[in-house]
Order: sequence, then structure tokens, then C-alpha cells
Amino acid sequence: MIEWITSVLSFLPSELVTVITILIKIVVIVLPLMIAVAYLTYAERKIIGAMQVRIGPNRVGFFGFRMFGLGQPIADALKLMLKEIVIPNNASKFLFLLAPLLLIGPALAAWAVIPFDAQLVLADINAGLLYVLAVTSIGVYGVIIAGWSSNSKYALLGAMRSAAQIVSYEIAMGFALVGVLMAAGSLNFGEIVRGQEGYGFASWYMWPLLPLFVVYFISGVAETNRAPFDVAEGESEIVAGFHVEYSGMPFAVFFLAEYANMILISGLASVMFLGGWLSPIAGLAPDSVFEIPLLGLLLGNGIHWFFAKMAVFLFFFLWLRATFPRYRYDQIMRLGWKVFIPITIFWLLVLGIAILAGLPPWFAAT
Amino acid sequence: MGFEKIIFYLFSALLIMSASMVITVRNPVKAALFLVLSFFACAVVWLLMEAEFLAIVLVLVYVGAVMVLFLFVVMMLDINIERLRAGFISYLPVGIVVALMMAGMLIWIVSGDGSAFNNSVTHNADYSNTRELGRVLYTDFLYSFEIAAVILLVAIIAAISLTLRRRPNTKHQKIENQIAVKRNERVRMVKMKAEEKK
Repeated sequence: MIEWITSVLSFLPSELVTVITILIKIVVIVLPLMIAVAYLTYAERKIIGAMQVRIGPNRVGFFGFRMFGLGQPIADALKLMLKEIVIPNNASKFLFLLAPLLLIGPALAAWAVIPFDAQLVLADINAGLLYVLAVTSIGVYGVIIAGWSSNSKYALLGAMRSAAQIVSYEIAMGFALVGVLMAAGSLNFGEIVRGQEGYGFASWYMWPLLPLFVVYFISGVAETNRAPFDVAEGESEIVAGFHVEYSGMPFAVFFLAEYANMILISGLASVMFLGGWLSPIAGLAPDSVFEIPLLGLLLGNGIHWFFAKMAVFLFFFLWLRATFPRYRYDQIMRLGWKVFIPITIFWLLVLGIAILAGLPPWFAAT
Repeated sequence: MGFEKIIFYLFSALLIMSASMVITVRNPVKAALFLVLSFFACAVVWLLMEAEFLAIVLVLVYVGAVMVLFLFVVMMLDINIERLRAGFISYLPVGIVVALMMAGMLIWIVSGDGSAFNNSVTHNADYSNTRELGRVLYTDFLYSFEIAAVILLVAIIAAISLTLRRRPNTKHQKIENQIAVKRNERVRMVKMKAEEKK
């Protein structure tokens, strides 16, 4: 495919061709991501509806058929696009419109280094883990700038809460990632996944890193400002927090960014702790199983396992939202600083000893 | 002109523009945001110099953590811009001296025999900057690295102990008591006869 595009564009200078092929790859990643975001909102409404014994959206379909309300996200997107964009009095106009972009940009840019498959990755860079950590840490500016430029006290309160929360949980998250890079001995996501090969699901890093895995996922929920850590929005206290003044498309972008971040955290968790594209039975089942036509392809390693693992985490996000009441602000701070950071530091010590001892099957010397 | 050069001049121009905006813009929040932009542009320039690790860490530490806390404080302050501008003239001589010293140092380094620049080696894509840096830090420069870490730890403890005040009368909750609470301590079951029909 890529070769075909380069041959068609061969009349252009070679640098321009590189740029164009990269742009095409970006579109190939971002377009399905946006569709996934749209249908994640649908899944959220359906799943939480089922948990609360409601039906959820079931009216809007396509071509006169209702189809369980599958047209709902499209209708919502159209509605938000047609709404007026209201900019508050004395708001800093440029920053006000820049804020949603600053939130969604990092959520999309981080996908550049995430391997979908053994070959399928946009940029296979050495410091992939650090890159993701750095890029996702920029997202907090979207929230802060939105809160400040709105010229509204509720928005500012939401921004303040969010800034403190994200900075606190980033430390625990960083320590959890230090555990991953200690276990894999690499910052490259492809090598992290390959380090989890061997005995199927037993070789995944979620077992030796179980406390870090739990800390990472909970910190991820806190970083995305999702329930039960959604004090930045806090609709019962500060209306809608940092995006209270937003309407129309800027609001929709905030909404998209939240869900894109959820998908990103799920993708990262499945790559680092659940072995990404690796099949749970690869290495356990006899080789003849994978030679069965079609079924063997499904059971073997592949991109579908990556998506399945992501779907599990996304379901956890929705489940958490339907189950838990919102944390109080001081409890959030206590959990981040006094519980998670000591747990991660202690487990890094345990992990260091395990790696030195060459604990099989994860750290056995090769 | 190569693609790399376009990126270099673009982000260098952005860096100089945003850095000068930091000191000229009136609003302190906007000044802090321009500082963020200049850090970011600087990180891109470092990336072009094949210092990926340092560039990413610059974004991670300064953009992702330090400037967020900086903004946090600046937003909360009610800064009087008029008074800030009144002090501008009195600080100007010191500022000019510092600026001249910095410019002099830069010119001295750049106009030297160029030995600082010419011996830079370009590496292939499989060369891991992070691994090399880690190897050097944990072997050749282990003592200085560890001493720097201890100094930072002391600074953290000092900063916390300077701001920590014991206030005995606050009504904060004791989490361990909250978790250890039993049903009997909070709920009292009352047995009542059902209301009789009249």
C-alpha cells in the first residue's frame, strides 16, 4: 500500500513524499479512532443504561430502521456542529478556542508510538514510553487554559481542581511506568510487548507488576477526569467545571478528548500489562491449534487481541462510572500521595529483587 | 533546503518570538503560557540535535509539571500590572548587565575555533540515546549523580518542613477511624410495633 503511494507520488521531491505518506498513516489511525470515540459514547449510554435497568438510546437509526439507536452518536455530532459557539464576555478569545485543541491534540499524538501489531506502528521510536508520558502531560493545559480563559469562577475552580489532581496522579503513574521499563529493560513499546511473550497470559507483566498495574489504571481514570475522580467537572458542585462556558463544537471537542483519552489509557494499559497484540494462549496451546483455518488465525497473535483487551478496560471505565460515587477532593489527594506513591516505591524495590533473582517466567535470564 | 532545516528555522523563530513575548506581554498568565511555548519549541530544536531523551524530559518535567504548578500560582495571584511596570526602569541596569554577560558568553563560545561543534557525530536510528545516557550516568558519573539526587531530596524535605505547620485545632478526618467504623457505631436499630388499624 505504502509502496504504491510512493510510486504514484514519485514525481514530487522525496521529502514531500515522506510527509505525505506519514500524513496518510495519521489519517488511517485517527479516523477509526474518532469513530471509536463516537461509538464509545453510545456504548457508555447503553451499558450504564443496562446497569441502571434502563434502555438507553434506542430511537435514532439509519434509513428508517431503529437498529438499537446506533445512529445516536452521528445525530449528536451533527447537532453539536450546528449549535452556536458562544464566547463569554471578557473571555480571552484566542485561548478560549485554543483550549479544546490542546486537550485533544496530545490524546491523538500519543497514538503515534503505540504498536497495534508486530509491524503496525507509525513511529517505532526508542523512547516511546517517555514520549507518551511527556505528550499526555501536555493535556492538562487544555483544562487549565479553558478554566482561566472562560472568565468564570466555576470554570476556574474546576481548572484548579483538575491541575492539582493531574499533577498528583502523574507521579504515581510515572512510577508505575518505571516498573514496566524495569521489567522490559526498554522504553520501546514493541520490545515491551515482545518481553511478554512465552507462556501465553502467564507471561504478561500484569502478574509480576500487579500492584503497579492497579495503580496505573486507577491513576489513568484520575488523569482522564472520569468518575469517580471527576471533581474537575463536578456537575453537582461547580456546574460542569472547566467547560461550563463552552457550547457547540468547542464543547464537542472537549467531549471527544475525554473519550479519546480513555481509549488511549486503555490501549497503553493493554500494551504494557496485558501483552498488546499477543494471544493469551500463544505458547501454551500446541502449534497445531494455530494451523486450523480461520479459527487458528483468531486464536493466534494479532491486532484483534489488542482491541479486545482495550475493550475490557473501556468497559471498566464505564463500570466504574456507574458504580462509585465521586471522591471528595481531600480523599483524592490522600489516595494519590499517601497510598499510591508508597505502594509503587515499595513494589519497585520488590521488582528490583525479583529481576536480580531472575524470577521465572518473566525475568528468567535468556 | 531540506525538511529538517525548515523545521529548525520554524521552531527557532517560534522560540525567539515566544521568549521575547514572555517578557513583553502584560498579562502574567499569558507570559507563563508563552514560556510553556518556548520550552516546547526548544524541545523540538533539541530533537533535531538528536538529543531525544533530553527533549522529551524537557517537555515532561518543565512543560508537564513545573509550569503547571507555576500557572497554578500565577492564576491565583491578583497581580497589579501597573505596579509591576513601575519597577521596570529601576531594574533595567541590572538586567542589561546580565543580558550583556550572557550575550558575551554565547559569542565567546560560538566564535571560538569551533571545536565544540565540529566533532558532533550523527548516529543511526537504532542508536538509543536513553541507553547511552543511562550507562554514562550510572557508571562514569555515579557519584555526582547520586550526590545530585541527595541534594534534591534534602531540598524537598527542607521545602516541606519550612511550610509544614502543626495546627492542632483543625477538624480534619482520621481516615483509619472512618475505615474501621462498624455498623453498630452509626446505625441504631429500633424495634417498633406496627401501627394498628383504626
